Amino acid sequence: MCKSQQQVQLLFILCLAAGIEIDGQVESDTQSEEDEGKEKISKKQPRRETVRAGRLERKKPQRDKEDESKEEENCPRQNRASRRKKHQKKNGDGKNAEVKERDKKASTKDQKNSENKEKKTNKKQKEGENKQKKDRKNSTSSESSNSFDEESLSEEELAMLMEQVEQRKKLISTMRNKPWRMVKKLSVLREAQAFVEKFEGALGKGKGKKLYAYKMMMAKKWVKFKRDFDNFKTQCIPWEMKIKEVESHFGSSVASYFIFLRWMYGVNLVLFGLIFGLVIIPEILMGMPYGSMPRKTVPRAEQATAMDFSVLWDFEGYIKYSALFYGYYNNQRTIGWLKYRLPMAYFMVGISVFGYSLMVVIRSMARNANQSTADGDDDNFIFSWKMFTSWDYLIGNPETADNKFASITTGFKESIVDEQESNKDENIHLRRFLRVLANVLIICCLCGSGYLIYFVVKRSQTFSKMQNVGWYERNEVEIVMSLLGMFCPPLFETIAALENYHPRIGLKWQLGRIFALFLGNLYTFLLALMDDVNEKLAEEDVVKNITRWMLLGHHNSSMGNSSADTPPPLDPADVPRGPCWETTVGIEFVRLTVSDILVTYVTILVGDFIRACFVRFVNYCWCWDLEAGFPSYAEFDISGNVLGLVFNQGMIWMGSFYAPGLVGINVLRLLTSMYFQCWAVMSSNVPHERVFKASKSNNFYMGLLLLILFLSLLPVAYTIMSLPPSFDCGPFSGKKRMYEVIQETIELDFPLFIAKIFIFLAILHTSWLSHLSLVPCGEAISVTAGGIYSTAKAWHSKITCSKNMFFFSFFFQVIYLKFVSIASDHFSFEATSETMLNP
Amino acid sequence: LRGLNNLLFYRYRDLAPQLVPLDYTDKPDVTLPYELIGSMPELKDNPFRQRIAEVFSEDGDGNMTLDDFLDMFSVLSEMAPRDLKAYYAFKIYDFNNDDYICKSDLEKTVNKLTRNELTPEEVRLVCEKVIYEADLDNDGKLSLEDFQHMIIRAPDFLSTFHIRI
Repeated sequence: MCKSQQQVQLLFILCLAAGIEIDGQVESDTQSEEDEGKEKISKKQPRRETVRAGRLERKKPQRDKEDESKEEENCPRQNRASRRKKHQKKNGDGKNAEVKERDKKASTKDQKNSENKEKKTNKKQKEGENKQKKDRKNSTSSESSNSFDEESLSEEELAMLMEQVEQRKKLISTMRNKPWRMVKKLSVLREAQAFVEKFEGALGKGKGKKLYAYKMMMAKKWVKFKRDFDNFKTQCIPWEMKIKEVESHFGSSVASYFIFLRWMYGVNLVLFGLIFGLVIIPEILMGMPYGSMPRKTVPRAEQATAMDFSVLWDFEGYIKYSALFYGYYNNQRTIGWLKYRLPMAYFMVGISVFGYSLMVVIRSMARNANQSTADGDDDNFIFSWKMFTSWDYLIGNPETADNKFASITTGFKESIVDEQESNKDENIHLRRFLRVLANVLIICCLCGSGYLIYFVVKRSQTFSKMQNVGWYERNEVEIVMSLLGMFCPPLFETIAALENYHPRIGLKWQLGRIFALFLGNLYTFLLALMDDVNEKLAEEDVVKNITRWMLLGHHNSSMGNSSADTPPPLDPADVPRGPCWETTVGIEFVRLTVSDILVTYVTILVGDFIRACFVRFVNYCWCWDLEAGFPSYAEFDISGNVLGLVFNQGMIWMGSFYAPGLVGINVLRLLTSMYFQCWAVMSSNVPHERVFKASKSNNFYMGLLLLILFLSLLPVAYTIMSLPPSFDCGPFSGKKRMYEVIQETIELDFPLFIAKIFIFLAILHTSWLSHLSLVPCGEAISVTAGGIYSTAKAWHSKITCSKNMFFFSFFFQVIYLKFVSIASDHFSFEATSETMLNP
Repeated sequence: LRGLNNLLFYRYRDLAPQLVPLDYTDKPDVTLPYELIGSMPELKDNPFRQRIAEVFSEDGDGNMTLDDFLDMFSVLSEMAPRDLKAYYAFKIYDFNNDDYICKSDLEKTVNKLTRNELTPEEVRLVCEKVIYEADLDNDGKLSLEDFQHMIIRAPDFLSTFHIRI
């Protein structure tokens, strides 16, 4: 391997080795210790040839030792090394020494304030001196080695040696934080490494020395393995070059959207793997095949049209009766030769989807919170920050650079004007009135849009009962929701012009309002859907009766025909089917998602690409300058896109319990989105003119995601806890409630003592539960309330490990309580618990 | 990371293939002149590229050896700690290398950032405001401590003082 690569590798060893030390001190805290160390070296140890193109990789300690012994022409050294091997060494002392050293270093760190330049020159001088003194040291080493000729090294000297080794190790680990020149860093690093390697092996105790050396070697191998694995992981990150290109043209804020998209893609991929591997594949491979059961077959009445494209597009027909939706799954307790418990798996996977997403989002928020600083709205350093942090070093494109120069100039001018104007009086009353007016208008808009959606959903229910519905009537709901999502935000922006806020605050208001809009729409949609569900549930009894009569009739007629004892089974397609509300809900969500995808893509195509083409080509024969004037080129709408992504994910979370295939559709969507949007941005967008960084927005978007996670958990939890599953479709059919599958599993699959444990716990907790369990969905609401509360807290304060644990524990405590309530319901106090849990 | 090392080495070599040998075992003393460094796509649009090269080069003229080159990109990468970046940022903005960012340094910075579009009056106002905001020891110029104290709190510093290669 060529030397440069070695150097580079060593350099990055430094970087990775110190990766955990986040806020490394630039003013080297080990300065004095190093100086001390160096002096000690010069006195005691022979100066090693540091600038030798040798093998200094840690993974080859043996070879190094050989080299060292070859290098050294001094017998004394070998003597000393062998002597070291013979003598005992207190490792415990070494560890104490290390702790003491760290304290010492911390205190000296506080005292230090010398000029870096002086230090550097001092160091350089010392190094130079050290190098010159090499020969002299060799002779002194022979002297000192004579002193070591004694059979037993004193404890003190061993302790000192241990200390020096620890010093070197600390130096190596903090090397990356030192503002030295590369050459110097490399030489000091090599020297320190060589020292550590040479004497580390000698520090083990007599008998346990081999074990100690072995342990050190394994530790080094482990470090190396981790490093290689990290390298590999970094190489595997997809789309890195694409994002870099976008970044250099548009700056880091636009690129942050794509990084967020990539992260979402990763999360969805994991969720898809979970669902696909644990639910869909077992059912397809080991469950009953299509056509063998009523729930898996297209009913006779629909078979004629089941393959039509328009029917398939609405997710009816063959798709409705496929593994994509809830209704396909059989409620057989175990399937296949593996005795795979599918209903249990379905339930647990549904819960773990939320659990995993929660973990991942919180972890990401914690990481972001660590990186970002206290308060982005700090007003104390406006001009300083404008001067020193406004240039984006990632820019690699002259056009973007021009824009950046222009925006910086504008920024400075604006700040100057702000500064001069801040002394003026303002008309507070007018401002307040305008703000109140704006808020009133916006609330009206929100209510209006909510009502519109409710009205449209009700209408679609009447449509579904009619015949001969056109395409528009079938898709009215989705169209209306998408249109609202497209036109309301710009409306909010124009109304917000009345308010006259600082742009960063204005952006927050805008995002909050868009959030309220989407949320309101989604929940109205859900409410309307719930009416549908309740209707279907009411229908069920009727269908049950019909089925019974029909089967009876079939038996009678077939009995009449043949004299066999058992009647031939009814063809699955002919069995009258109960309404399957879960599949309906799943279908609605899938349709919503698909229409959302389509609308997004069409908007990008028309709003960005066609617009760009129009501006570019029609500009020649148009009255005014299209590029500078009205349409001009579009800017990439970061917040709109991020919000779209967040809400899309919310819908996926809501729908994935009822339509396992939805996550797969989303994975495809994110994949194509990445390529499509990258292309659209590069070809039709221009960089932002006015760039102010909503720089804490990373955590803001994560916070939104967390909120959406809890809010989408709520409907699912409600339906699981309080609605009875359909009687003839899905993995929970036949049960009173979906969660009973857990009780069943515990009863039948676990040994008896676990059931006894639950009885005991139930006795303990019965009274506590009565507070929470009064309303059937009380648990669900309390979980969500806890979640929202914790989200709000997390948003406004730094997330630390302890707070994470608090949120988790709250969440799991309520889940646990619910679980115990289920157990108590089943195992004991059945009658009384029943009255408590189901008013 | 080996991939990244190789990438950097080959980028360095690509600037002047005839000067940079593939084999570095005998430590050739190769220095690339500033013009080549300043023409790299990552740097050519940066108004501070001259200062960056000067700060990281051994001779202070902007002529960089491979070690300097690696040094530069490691400090400007995502992985470098905040304090290290702050230290080098200070050196970059200190045009006259006197270990203080004085008013003339600030004026040069502003003019480079706005390509001389601000009036002298406006430039003067901006520099005065900066000194007013950040100068803690009231000596009329920014020392390293003042600068670090100010830049550590900046929310954008890490994301803007970053070059991806």
